[in-house]
Amino acid sequence: MLYREAGDFKTSYVADSQTFPIAFDRWRYYAVLAVAFLVVPFLVNDYWVNAILVPFLIYSIAAIGLNILTGYCGQVSLGTGGFMAVGAYACYKLMTAFPDVNIVIHIILAGGITAAVGTLFGLPSLRIKGFYLAVATLAAQFFLVWLFNKVSWFYNYSASGQINAPERSVFGVAVTGPNVEPWAMYMICLVFCFACAVIARNLTRGTLGRTWMAIRDMDIAAEIIGVNPLKAKLTAFAISSFFVGISGALFFAVYLGAVEVGEAFGIQKSFIVLFMIIIGGLGSIFGSFAGAALLVVLPVFLKLLGVDLLGWPTDIVAHIQLVIVGLLIILFLILEPHGLAQLWRVAKEKLRLWPFPH
Amino acid sequence: MLDQSQGYVTDDGRKIGGVVMEMKNITLRFGGVEAIKDISFDIREGEIRAIIGPNGAGKSSMLNVISGFYHPQEGEVWYRGRKRPPMKPYQVARQGIARTFQNIALFEGMSVLDNVMTGRLTHMDSNIFRQAIWKGRAEREEVENREKAERIIDFLEIQNIRKTPVSRLPYGLKKRVELARALVSEPSLLLLDEPMAGMNVEEKEDMCRFILDVNDEFGTTIALIEHDMGVVMDLSDRVVVMDYGKKIGDGTPHEVRNNPEVIDAYLGVSHD
Repeated sequence: MLYREAGDFKTSYVADSQTFPIAFDRWRYYAVLAVAFLVVPFLVNDYWVNAILVPFLIYSIAAIGLNILTGYCGQVSLGTGGFMAVGAYACYKLMTAFPDVNIVIHIILAGGITAAVGTLFGLPSLRIKGFYLAVATLAAQFFLVWLFNKVSWFYNYSASGQINAPERSVFGVAVTGPNVEPWAMYMICLVFCFACAVIARNLTRGTLGRTWMAIRDMDIAAEIIGVNPLKAKLTAFAISSFFVGISGALFFAVYLGAVEVGEAFGIQKSFIVLFMIIIGGLGSIFGSFAGAALLVVLPVFLKLLGVDLLGWPTDIVAHIQLVIVGLLIILFLILEPHGLAQLWRVAKEKLRLWPFPH
Repeated sequence: MLDQSQGYVTDDGRKIGGVVMEMKNITLRFGGVEAIKDISFDIREGEIRAIIGPNGAGKSSMLNVISGFYHPQEGEVWYRGRKRPPMKPYQVARQGIARTFQNIALFEGMSVLDNVMTGRLTHMDSNIFRQAIWKGRAEREEVENREKAERIIDFLEIQNIRKTPVSRLPYGLKKRVELARALVSEPSLLLLDEPMAGMNVEEKEDMCRFILDVNDEFGTTIALIEHDMGVVMDLSDRVVVMDYGKKIGDGTPHEVRNNPEVIDAYLGVSHD
C-alpha cells in the first residue's frame, strides 16, 4: 500500500536513470542521510563508535571496492587485506613526510597509490581467470604483508615494527591520534563512506559499469561490441583498489591508530571482506552495506547474547560465531547467490503488490 | 561478371553500391585442418549477402575471420578500400562492424536496456572522473545515447521488456535483443550468425521482416549465415556457397540454385 510506483511517471531519461527511481525509496534515502549526518553524531558514545559504527563504515568502503572488482567485473580477488595495508602504509608515510598537508588529502592520495599497486597486480587478469586469478591475488596479499614487515623504511625504522598515527585535524578537530573524539571519528568515516558510495554508484550505472558487467557476463561478446578487455579489467582493479586503499587508510589512521601489518591486514581481512559481499550481494552497492553491517554487528550481538546475557565462556562464543558465519555463507551460496540485496529486491517487489497480489 | 567499381540494381529496385569488404584468397588452418581454403568474395554497400553451406563448411569460421577472432594464415581482408592489418575483435568493432552469435551471447545479468546501451560503448567517451560525478558531460552523453538506444528498442518492438533482466526472456526475444545490441552501434556492416536458428515459423517471419527493415531503413550492409534455404533465397541479394572450406558457388539466389555443384553439395550426388 505504502510502497508503490503507480502515478510516479518519468518524463525524462535523466529521471528514469536516477539511483532511486521510486519516490518512496528516494525519500527514505534522504531520511537515512539526514539521520546519519545530523542526528547520530550527537547521540554516539565511545562504545557505539568503536564497536559498530566506525568498523561498519570502513568495512563498507572496502566491500564496495571489492564488489566493484568481484561483483561487477567478475574478477575474484583475495588480496583485499594486502591492498588495505598499502592504503594504510601509504597514508602513514604521507602523514609523517608531509605533516602540514591535510589528512583528507593524504587519505585520498593513499587511495590513489593503492589504485596504482592494484592495477599492477591486476595485470595477470588478462591471461588467467577464476580460481587461478584468485591464487594470483593471494600472492599479492602475502607479498605485500611480507614487504611491509621486512622493509623497515615503510614503518620509519621504528623499533616495534608498528606504525602509529600522529595527531591530525580537520577544521581544527582532531580526527586521528590519541585525543580524537568519538563523533569526529564517526564523521570523517561517514563522509568518506558517503562519497565512495555515491562515486561507486555513478560509475556502476554508467558506461564504465556496463563495460565491467559485460566482461563479467560474457567476455567474448563484450569484446565484439568494442570493449577492450585489458582496459576494462584494469580500470576495475584500479577503482576497486582505490576504495580498498581508502578503507585501509581510515582503518589505520582513524580506527586503530597503531597497526602491525600481519595482525591488522592479514589474509583473514581479505576473507572477511569477501564474505561480506557474498552475503550482502555480488554486484550491488546496497549489498556491500548490508554484508558489512551483518558481519560487524553479528560478533557484537553474539557477545552480548552469549557472554553477557547467558554467561558462556568467550572462546565458545567466538567459535559459535565462526560456525554461524560459515553456515551463512554456505546457505547464501546455495539458496541466494545474490545475497541480502536480492532478498531485499524480492521483498520490495512483493511489497509493491501488497495487499492485492493479483 | 560484375563491375568492381560500380554497383548493381536488385530485382526489387534497390541500388547496391561499391565494395565495402573484400576477402582475398583467405586460407585458415587449425593445426592440420584447413577450415577455409583459398576463398575470395566481396560484400557491397547496402546489400544483403548470405553465406550458406552444409554443417562444418566453414561459414562461422569465415565470420570469425571478418570480426577478428581468427587470423587467417594466408590471404587479405580489405575493408573500405584498405587492407586491414590483423586486429583484435574490439578494434574491428570500432571500425563499424557489429555481429550477433549463433548461440546467443547476451549479458545475462543485465537488463535489456543495459544490454542495448552496451552496444553504444563505441560512441561514448567521457572519462572516469566525469562519470564519477555524473553531472554535465557524462549525464548528457548518457541521455543522448539512451535516445539512440530507445529508437532501436522501438524499431525492434521490445519496449515492454526494456527493464527485464535478459535471463528471464524466451529464446526468440533474446535473439531480437541481440540484434538490437548489434544494431544500436550504427554499424556499416552487420554480421548475423544464423539469426533464425531454432525459431518457429512465426518468429522467423518476424526476424526476416526486421532484417529487411534494417536494410531498408538504415541502409545497413548485412552479411548473414543461414540454414533455412527459403529464407536465404527470399532475403539475400547475393549468396556465397561453401562446402568443406571451399567456395563452390557465388551469385544471385537464382544462379546459385541452378548451380550443379551446389545441388550436389546439398542433395548429395551418386558416385556411379
